[in-house]
Amino acid sequence: MADTQNQDMAKVIEVEDLVTHYGDRKILDGITMDVRDGEIMVIMGGSGSGKSTLLRYLMALETKTSGVMRILGQDIDDLSAREFFDLRKKMGVAFQGGALFSSLTVGDNVMLPLYEHTDLELSTMEIMARMKLQVVELGGFEDLMPSELSGGMIKRAAFARACVMDPKILFCDEPSAGLDPAVASALDDLILKLRDAMGMSIVVVTHELESAFKIADRITVLDRGKILMIGTVEEVRASKNERIYNLLNRVPEDDTMNPDEYLARLTGEEYKVGNQPL
Amino acid sequence: MAEPGEQTPPSGLYRFLDKVGRYAVSAIEEVGNGGMMVAESMYWLFLGYRMKQPVRMNAVIEQMNEIGISAIPIIALLAGSISTTLAIQGIYTLRIFGAEGHVTAGLAFIVVREFAPMITGILVAGRSGSALAARIGTMKINQEIDALKVMGVSPVRYLVAPPLIAMLIMVPCLSMMSNVVGLFLAGIYINIELGISLAAYLDQIIEILKVEDVLQGLGKSVIYAIEIAVIGVVNGAGVRGGAEGVGKATTRSVVQSISAIIITAMVVVILTTG
Repeated sequence: MADTQNQDMAKVIEVEDLVTHYGDRKILDGITMDVRDGEIMVIMGGSGSGKSTLLRYLMALETKTSGVMRILGQDIDDLSAREFFDLRKKMGVAFQGGALFSSLTVGDNVMLPLYEHTDLELSTMEIMARMKLQVVELGGFEDLMPSELSGGMIKRAAFARACVMDPKILFCDEPSAGLDPAVASALDDLILKLRDAMGMSIVVVTHELESAFKIADRITVLDRGKILMIGTVEEVRASKNERIYNLLNRVPEDDTMNPDEYLARLTGEEYKVGNQPL
Repeated sequence: MAEPGEQTPPSGLYRFLDKVGRYAVSAIEEVGNGGMMVAESMYWLFLGYRMKQPVRMNAVIEQMNEIGISAIPIIALLAGSISTTLAIQGIYTLRIFGAEGHVTAGLAFIVVREFAPMITGILVAGRSGSALAARIGTMKINQEIDALKVMGVSPVRYLVAPPLIAMLIMVPCLSMMSNVVGLFLAGIYINIELGISLAAYLDQIIEILKVEDVLQGLGKSVIYAIEIAVIGVVNGAGVRGGAEGVGKATTRSVVQSISAIIITAMVVVILTTG
């Protein structure tokens, strides 16, 4: 009993039977998973498997159709607006493109969460921002604008901003996408370093196998909106599942799509992720 | 002739009605979104401190500077040009009846009640409404709005409330400035053309204009401010399809804002001028 309780306490995210729709179309189907305290959970899958969509739901950016989602032990359906804002202060995100605010300097970007959520002196916030930038090896870059940074540097700055409030959970969407192998590998090292130094739980969405195997404690493999398996790197590598084998060995699949569905997705008529009002 | 059970393509009328229906629903949805954003902005303005998320006054001041102070030269220039044009046309028309000396009356009413707020609104829509749509649209496609949400920062409080409040303050102020500049420059022309002294011209204006006339103009400019901000934000938030989508949203925002301003002016004048 005590062991069960400890396991429950150790889960920072719990998802039970998550189902989501856009219009009549089911996007995620019966997702049940958890993320444990201090672990790096990698969500993997091919294009269109629903991994980025799942990440948006884990970050509570979208409204689910059914299912239960608990973040840091709190059922998100039971939270008041204020409790929800407070919960979000314990989360950080590094989006694929960095999502740095182009009108602010790198330093101001990193300082923004502190400015919005704390009553610290400006000089203290500046010191904290500088420290986080040094952690991601961008010390001295605080006065530059995001447009003056390279792709890898933008992602590092996004990590610094995501970590400035010392969140319990860090979400990363395709951290190594679009980067050369050396920079991508350095970012993987940074993710490991952040987990070890700050003890946070990290959820990473990626389709880069090398990166996933390097950083993951556990991997969730997603396919067409459903979970194929959740396991350690070794368990995923050893899986006999045909679709996982194809994914790991880069075997192309005969994925035929209904032309009407494809066109609807292309024109955004039905596929409305992120099209809600502010 | 279709066989039994075979699907026939929808008729032209059906497709037309379907399209009209979709546009209508979309328009109602956008109006609803706009209303919600205004309400939410007011919530953050007055109650944000309870959530420890007040609307930052330095952001409002920055927007007031951008929307208001930076727009003064162009608005003054156009308000003066249009008022002078109205004075010229007014004198030309009234001269037919030998009544050009009464040009001040028509000019004062039309500038204060209609043209000053309208020109101000149109210019703010072109400068700031489009900029707002472009900014929010770009932030949306770059996932900056999602980043704000995950940080626990309300995008409406951070992005919408400051320009809305700034517009509510600055558009009436700019409109008042347009009144002064427009009537002054038209007065100079009247002085040159008809020999009426500026002091006499000013006396005529003070005699003719009532406080309600000025308030009607300012009231309209408040409505225009809300329309410009809401249309800019709704179009920016609805951006799809990358940079091209941002361009379309910006254009749509300007067209819709100017249309809304002109239609509002017509509706108000119908309702208030018997």
